[in-house]
Amino acid sequence: MTEDILYSIRNLTVEYRTRAGSVQAVDNVSLDIRRGEILGLVGESGCGKSTLGKALMRLHTGPARITNGELWFDGRDLMTLSDREMPDVRGAEIGMVFQDPMTSLNPVQKILDHLTETIHTHEPETSAAAARTRAEELVERLGIRRERLNEYPHQMSGGMRQRVMISLALALRAKLVIADEPTTSLDVIVEAKFLDLLRELQKEFGLTILLITHNIGVVAEVADRVAVMYAARMVEVGDVRDVFADPKHPYTQGLLRSVPNIKLDGGELYKMDGAPPSLLHPPKGCRFHPRCPFAMGICSVEEPSLDAVENDHLASCWLYRDVAVKQEARNG
Amino acid sequence: MSPIAIIALIIGIPSLLLLAYVFVRGSTGLRRYILTRIVLTLPMIFILATMVFFILRILPGDPVSSALGPKGTPEMIQSIRTQLGLNDPLIVQYGRFLWSMVTLRFGNSLVGGHRPIVDEMSERFPATLELIVPASILALLVGVYGGALAAAKRKRALDFSLRIYSVVIYSLPIFWFGLVLQLFFGVRLRWLPISGRIDAVIGTSLKTITNIYSLDALLTGNWPAFFSVLQHLILPTLTLGLILSGVFVRMTRINVIETMQADYIAAARARGIRERVLIYGHALKNAMIPVITLIGLQVAILLAGAVLTETVFSWPGMGSYLVERISARDYTAVQSVITVFAMLVALISLAVDVIYSLVDPRVRY
Repeated sequence: MTEDILYSIRNLTVEYRTRAGSVQAVDNVSLDIRRGEILGLVGESGCGKSTLGKALMRLHTGPARITNGELWFDGRDLMTLSDREMPDVRGAEIGMVFQDPMTSLNPVQKILDHLTETIHTHEPETSAAAARTRAEELVERLGIRRERLNEYPHQMSGGMRQRVMISLALALRAKLVIADEPTTSLDVIVEAKFLDLLRELQKEFGLTILLITHNIGVVAEVADRVAVMYAARMVEVGDVRDVFADPKHPYTQGLLRSVPNIKLDGGELYKMDGAPPSLLHPPKGCRFHPRCPFAMGICSVEEPSLDAVENDHLASCWLYRDVAVKQEARNG
Repeated sequence: MSPIAIIALIIGIPSLLLLAYVFVRGSTGLRRYILTRIVLTLPMIFILATMVFFILRILPGDPVSSALGPKGTPEMIQSIRTQLGLNDPLIVQYGRFLWSMVTLRFGNSLVGGHRPIVDEMSERFPATLELIVPASILALLVGVYGGALAAAKRKRALDFSLRIYSVVIYSLPIFWFGLVLQLFFGVRLRWLPISGRIDAVIGTSLKTITNIYSLDALLTGNWPAFFSVLQHLILPTLTLGLILSGVFVRMTRINVIETMQADYIAAARARGIRERVLIYGHALKNAMIPVITLIGLQVAILLAGAVLTETVFSWPGMGSYLVERISARDYTAVQSVITVFAMLVALISLAVDVIYSLVDPRVRY
């Protein structure tokens, strides 16, 4: 492949230890994030998309653990870094924007101090004045007046706080920004403005953005490519136009059909049967087969791999495999 | 100038400055809040003083018979009672008492040399101040630092030891803990003195200005006296300070742990900020907000603890004075001490509230 890949996730598994047993919230997932793109990661609640986002910065604490996988970021495997080295990557090379801007800023710290602290953590040699100037230029670029840097988080609106979160991710010119449901707690108008800003920044700074969301409309609006997750597995990855025009995986098809249409011409909205499986006891074979309208014999036996169906369009579904391959899998 | 006036200045000037600062810089809401609090404090002190006045009169015994003991004939007792005004109607005595409180003159003692209460307190109050200030500082240092440390080492040996320490120390009776320290460091090891504020011989060389001996010794450059004062301070300060620290350890620990779960800590971690800075910088500062409230609530317990500590260590402060005068049924002295304690509690909790609003930018009164 000729594409320039910034972050290559290989066979990543993240496990949560619970009282009922261990749960793979992300199960053997591989994904490439290309330099300069906006990659939308969609899936329903609990499918593991946020866990995946955190794992990219090795941010897990407590019961979660990365049990397997390689995280090749810009030429090196982050899994080989020690716990002391990891904080140097966080914030400086990979930035993160969290879901709830109301709770993601320290309530007793001024906005300015958030920014200068981040700058000084990674560049201790920067003078206080220089850090201040950088912070001012950055927030003005994002449409916040510099005087507001002296305010506390509670004095700002939700949209403004989310822009502060972005400025924090950009303070050190991070190459990759992971935005985990960044617009979920914003209203539609602020959301639209925020997405425009994200687009602009991506062009201006040559940013790479991983946009994690359950809102497929947001992905359609801003993403270049889209990755679909279902029950801890990656089910489909492709260019956003290809996936929306011609979804391959039955789950993606169902997902797209259940989005309300503004024309309201189709009568009743499509509803997928069943519910996502419990990750404690996932179904054998393809995890979607109990709900899949096209399920075949093999689907409940063997798991399909994530392979190219068309050029640059991957799906993990038996519908697109040769009969011979299926036969072989069934016998072998 | 009398010692108590100097101390009033030492406490009063900073608190006036703080008030002035708040009134100039603070919001109108904060100003109104402080005024309301001050106004509400007055009826509180009035009710408390009234209760003390009547409870003392209900108690069996009176100052004259306890002073004279079995020697006193009924005639003698009656004549002294009349002389002291104790035979006046209760309502007259009550009125006289209230007036002496309003004018802050407190009246004269009913026992011994019938000295003015103000004079007696100006000897006793500085001693209490000299005890409770270092004890509170010790309690906060041990409590806050210990709590943060326990949170940082959560579920490890240090955390468990600190938690056991906090429960044990919190449940120890002060007088018992004081006695154990006396026995060990004073009697067994002979390292430290077990009673009084200063060595009797060295004490004669100390010129008193404020009656806060350590301060006086520093002001007059009397080093032997200063070190003797410090030696005498160690055990009472440890007793009172450590016992109070237990609740601060627990409170700080649980608040730091809770704050570490907050989204903004996860966000700060995602910016590469190190765990140490997260705990001792970000989380601890947020965790201090409820702890500051606790400081306000602990003031009363601090004073109650001072009464016990002073009794155990023969520390001539307000606490031992109170105990002495309760058994002597010195009505005026007891009423005055309790009223002063009430004012102190009200003043400090007001100060804590003001500090609270300065620490937490979200607080709006």
